[in-house]
Amino acid sequence: MNDSLDPRVNRLRLDKNDGSFKVEEGENWNVFEVFHQEKRGAHHEHVGCVHAPDANLALIFAKEQFGRRKKCVNLWVVRSADILAFDLEDEDMFANNPDKTYRDASGFKVMEKINKFKAHTK
Amino acid sequence: MQLQEALQELITKMADDELVIGHRNSEWTGLGPVMEEDIAFSSMAQDKIGHALALYRILQEHFGGSDPDQFAFLRNAEDFRCCHFVEMPIGSYDFSLMRHFLFDHAETVRYQALAQSKYAPFQHLAGKVKGELKYHTLHADAWIIQLCTAGKESRERMQAALDTSFQLAGGIFEPGPAEELLIAEEIYPGEAALYTQWLGHISPVMEKAGLVLPELTAPVYGGRTGKHTPHLQQLLNEMGEVFRLDPEATW
Repeated sequence: MNDSLDPRVNRLRLDKNDGSFKVEEGENWNVFEVFHQEKRGAHHEHVGCVHAPDANLALIFAKEQFGRRKKCVNLWVVRSADILAFDLEDEDMFANNPDKTYRDASGFKVMEKINKFKAHTK
Repeated sequence: MQLQEALQELITKMADDELVIGHRNSEWTGLGPVMEEDIAFSSMAQDKIGHALALYRILQEHFGGSDPDQFAFLRNAEDFRCCHFVEMPIGSYDFSLMRHFLFDHAETVRYQALAQSKYAPFQHLAGKVKGELKYHTLHADAWIIQLCTAGKESRERMQAALDTSFQLAGGIFEPGPAEELLIAEEIYPGEAALYTQWLGHISPVMEKAGLVLPELTAPVYGGRTGKHTPHLQQLLNEMGEVFRLDPEATW
């Protein structure tokens, strides 16, 4: 077997035939999701992910990866593995949503009032 | 030595340190150990060059100095006042990280002192770079602790990098010819005081990392008087290569 260019892979000793290998703590980096906050009090928006050995370094990486351009006041990172999501096949739970237009906020005729208010204040 | 001259000397050595370490660290761009670190390290290298530019501008605006680009790219090694530490080649990542850690804490204590300086441009600049330096040292501390607690080989390499770096890092604090004047005028507290503060900054991190702090027995001086290693001229040749093709060009 050829050595990998990545020393972390080589240290796993995948060439051993007994099928056992041990991943040391911090050896294989986790993926962390990054959430960006544009101003104080605003909600955090998901912007992408970083690889890091722990949450602390993930936050440090995220700062340059996602917080070095435009306005940013804070960031969150959370281990991707800690996020609970539905299975892909459960998408059918949402299938009838487009039919239930009575749940859409767009049903409210608020634009008329806004336009009237705007005309009034001009 | 007059105060003006002493100030000029102080600004030049600070700026040259920033420019040369900024260029050195930028040599890792595209070669960093992982993409995230590559981006972070390159960004911080840019910050250093930004600090150099700000200082060269002070020379230009307050001391009738030349254009910052010309000053940065057209001087030869003997006109530079940087310490040997910043001109050393990048080596392996352990050395570059250790230099980043030691240098950035030195830079931090220097700018913290300059925030109280009687010289207004220093005060202004110190306020401006505060947040950047906070991130730089946060990054450096996290890596030092991470790598020193990541197993035997890793810890040994970091200790070796520290042992290689320490006397060189002492050269950051090479006293200038007019220290007393600058201290008396409350421009800054002087190199000896900064060195003591620096030890106070790096020691807790080293303790947490389990690193053994070497004794400063033979700090590497000479850079502040224009005596350099051959590495500096080589760096300057490369850094100014394009600029010197046409120094009058507008970019």
